[in-house]
Amino acid sequence: MKFRLNVWRQGSEQEKGSMQSCELDEVSSDMSFLEMLDYLNETLISKGEEPIAFDSDCREGVCGMCSLVINGQAHGPMKATTTCQTYMRLFPDGSEITIEPWRAGAFPVLRDLIVNRSSFDRIMQAGGYITVHSGPKPEPNSVPINQQVAEESLDAAVCIGCGACVAACPNGSAMLYTAAKVSHFALLPQGQAERTDRALAMVDQMQTEGFGSCRNYAECEAACPKAISINFIGQLNREYIRATAKPCNARGQMHAQ
Amino acid sequence: MSRTHFYGTLVGKKVVVAVSGVILFGFLLGHMTGNIKVFLGDEANGVPKIDVYGYFLRTMGEPIFSYGQMLWIVRIVLITALLAHVVTVILLAVHNRNARPVRYAQTKRIAATPSARFMMWSGLFILAFVIFHILHLTTGSLDPKHFVQDRVYGNLYRAFHNGGFVVIYVTAMVFLALHLYHGIWSLFQTLGLDNPDRNKRLRMFAALATLALLLGFASVPLGMFLGDMPEPPNPANLPPPYGGR
Repeated sequence: MKFRLNVWRQGSEQEKGSMQSCELDEVSSDMSFLEMLDYLNETLISKGEEPIAFDSDCREGVCGMCSLVINGQAHGPMKATTTCQTYMRLFPDGSEITIEPWRAGAFPVLRDLIVNRSSFDRIMQAGGYITVHSGPKPEPNSVPINQQVAEESLDAAVCIGCGACVAACPNGSAMLYTAAKVSHFALLPQGQAERTDRALAMVDQMQTEGFGSCRNYAECEAACPKAISINFIGQLNREYIRATAKPCNARGQMHAQ
Repeated sequence: MSRTHFYGTLVGKKVVVAVSGVILFGFLLGHMTGNIKVFLGDEANGVPKIDVYGYFLRTMGEPIFSYGQMLWIVRIVLITALLAHVVTVILLAVHNRNARPVRYAQTKRIAATPSARFMMWSGLFILAFVIFHILHLTTGSLDPKHFVQDRVYGNLYRAFHNGGFVVIYVTAMVFLALHLYHGIWSLFQTLGLDNPDRNKRLRMFAALATLALLLGFASVPLGMFLGDMPEPPNPANLPPPYGGR
């Protein structure tokens, strides 16, 4: 297969990048999108040119490291699929493919197609945890959880934190990510102690990082490689309204006097 | 923990947009049901029913409130809601613009409905229309030759026998429908009232409410223009307070 690739090239965070195009021949239809980029980089290196920097890790669709907006769609054209699980056979032979990094003020481009997603980590640090004592663990079945509730919580917990929701959102909003994290804990008994503070802190941090606001386009849901539903955004709004109406620090006053 | 004021947060702002949207949606429902009284004909004394309704709007709340006072209270609530809606949306839009400083070279929208994508444009058009509509049929200053204060049926009859006005009003209602289809569904999501079991019905409710408002509102200009509506009565023949002043 033969492709014409338009790729975003940017030397560093400070530099101004641009789209550059190149031709790539003899691509196997069984190559994954990232393998195609590996192959492209080999040809670039053999020509003495600078290879294209892109993120990847597990290459089996679970780590959330790969990114790439392919032909205007986060993680490419396949629904509920990461870039690493997208195969070249999905693209018509001889077609033109545009590859861009996630675009958001809170995701600065580090180099070429790699963006800095530390803003997600800081949202997580703001409230994405639960309190557990460090002694022996209780018997797991001592806290019964309704099966449906556990499943719903897991539907949110499948978030791999890749940032496709932000990349796909016309407003660059991180509501789906934040909603998945908040809902995942809010639904389970273990997450109750910090429930209200968590919603307030994570929404606050999301805004501090400069992510946009939600306008219920549902583009995030369509782009999410784990198909996380925007119903969780409703849940986040519910949690947030509840937390503002009745703030309570159930974790207790644990701060040093 | 730093905790900004409720209105200072993105979720808080969206709640303000949703709540003011509910108020405006409620107003639209009331306005539309009032409008279709045009088709109910006249009272026994010859006064068009819509004129009686118009008089009621000015006298409601009497004797606690004097003539027109209650109407002004409602108007102030509506203006406040409208200002809150528009100002908050502008603040959010500015914030959202800054959230993506570098644009994509190529974008492909797969989930957003046209209704959702053009909210700002439809909203802007509706805002312009509201100003036009108040100047046209509330103050009468746009077309004073065909406007007589408080003669609701007569004013509508004269206005909508002008094809230009009919086109403007019906177009505005199409934009309104575009705005409402996303807005009505979206407010449930923003207020956290959605639920997987309910979502389909909420979408359906948004579609039905939008359709009802579109047809209800558009029926008046279209009915006046295309239908065979009776001519407005001669004010000299009407009892006070509907007759000549």
